[in-house]
Amino acid sequence: MYGNDFSAEDAPGGGLLGEVEAAEAALREAAARGRRGGAPGPDEDLEAYFTEVVDADQKIEPRDWMPEAYRKTLIRQIAQHAHSEIIGMQPEGNWISRAPSLKRKAILLAKVQDEAGHGLYLYAAAETLGISRDELVELLLNGRQKYSSIFNYPTLTWADVGAIGWLVDGAAIVNQVPLCRCSYGPYARAMIRVCKEESFHQRQGYEILHTLAHGTGEQKAMAQDALDRWWYPSLAMFGPPDTDSTHSAQSMAWKIKRFSNDELRQRFVDMCVQQAEILGLTIPDPELRWNESRQAYDFTQPDYDELMRVIKGQGPCNRQRMEHRRRAHADGAWVREAAAAYAAKRVEQKEKVAA
Amino acid sequence: MRARRGLSHTHVGSLHAPDAELALRNARDLYTRRQEGVSIWVVPASAITASSPDEKDAFFDPAADKVYRHPTFYDVPDGVAHL
Ligand SMILES: [Fe+2]
Ligand SMILES: [Fe+2]
Repeated sequence: MYGNDFSAEDAPGGGLLGEVEAAEAALREAAARGRRGGAPGPDEDLEAYFTEVVDADQKIEPRDWMPEAYRKTLIRQIAQHAHSEIIGMQPEGNWISRAPSLKRKAILLAKVQDEAGHGLYLYAAAETLGISRDELVELLLNGRQKYSSIFNYPTLTWADVGAIGWLVDGAAIVNQVPLCRCSYGPYARAMIRVCKEESFHQRQGYEILHTLAHGTGEQKAMAQDALDRWWYPSLAMFGPPDTDSTHSAQSMAWKIKRFSNDELRQRFVDMCVQQAEILGLTIPDPELRWNESRQAYDFTQPDYDELMRVIKGQGPCNRQRMEHRRRAHADGAWVREAAAAYAAKRVEQKEKVAA
Repeated sequence: MRARRGLSHTHVGSLHAPDAELALRNARDLYTRRQEGVSIWVVPASAITASSPDEKDAFFDPAADKVYRHPTFYDVPDGVAHL
C-alpha cells in the first residue's frame, strides 16, 4: 500500500519486478499444493482451520470463514490503500497541464490514470469483504478513514513530479511487494497487478530527475530541492517505528503484513543511496553512512511528530486535498445519475419491444 | 478476459457500471490499459451462483474415490506402444 503511516523473502537481485513474479509463482504453487480437499468439516473448529490455511501460506478467499478482526483489519487497510491511490492523483494531477513537453504530459496522464485504476482494483478487493464502495467513499469523504499522509505535501515544481515517482512510488513498491504474498487472496492478486504497473511509475520519475540533474545548474538545483523536501516524508510513509506500531504484531501473525515498518524503511534507504549517486544528487542526511557490521546504511529517522501532525490533519495540504475530493465527487454526481438514467431507459425500451 | 487468441477467458476483476454496455467500456479502461486482452465478457455479480465453502467437501466428494478416471490408475504392461 502507499504507506503504513495511517495506522504491513524475496530474493534480491532480480529487482522488484522479479519479486512480484516470484510472489505470483508462489501464489500458483501454494494453490497447486492444495493443503487438502476443501473446507472444514461440520464439527471442525473454524478458527483452527483458518490458522492452518494461513500457516500453510494458502490464501483465504471471500467466502471462507475468517475472524471478525481479520476482516475488519483488511477492510481498513485495503480501503485506506484505495483512498491513497485516489487522493494520490492530486499532487501530480497538479502538473499535467504544465508538463514541459507533450511526451511528459502523455506519460504523466497515463501514470495518474493508473493510480485511478489502482484505487478501483482495491475498492473491488475491499468489497469482497462485505462492504460497499459507496460506504468506503463516504468514510473517506467524512474523514473517518485516512489516506497516506505523503499526499498532504504540495508539488511546488516540476521536479516534484520526478521525486514523487522515484521516492513515493518507490516507497510504495517496497511496501507493496510483500503484500503480493498477503494471506487474503483478492488483496494479494490486486497487489500483483498494481506492482507490475508501479515499476513504470518509479522509472518515469527517476528519468525526470535524471534529466533535470544533468541539465542546467538551475535544473539540477530544482531536482536537489525536490529531493530535499520529499526525502523525509517518503521515509515516514513506512509508518511509525516498530516500537510504536500498534497493529503490527497481529497483522504479521495473520500474514497480512510480512515485514516490520523499520525493516521496510531500511530496505528503501539501502536501495535509494546508489540511485541518488547516479542522479548526482545528495540525500539530505549528514548521518547517512554505510554500517559494515549491519550491512546496511545508518540514517536519520524522519520526524515522527510531524508525521502524527500530518495524519491528524495539520499537513500543508490536508484541507485542500479533501475539499478537492469532495468537490470532484459532488461535481461527478450528474455523470453517475445520467448513466443510471440511461441504463434505466434502455431497460424500459427493451421491455417495450418485448411486450 | 481473453489475453490472446487461442487462450480461454479468465477472471481478471470486478467493477461498477450502470449497465452491460458501460461495464464493457469500464472494463476496457480499467483492465486493458496495456493490451492485456483481446476479448472481454462482463457478467453482473448478481447473476453468479457460487458453491458454498461450507458444503465444499460434501459437494465435491463424489470425485474423491474415483481414481480410475485418471489414466495413471492403469498398469500398462511393459513394451506396449502408442497407449
Ligand atoms: Fe498506485
Ligand atoms: Fe504509482
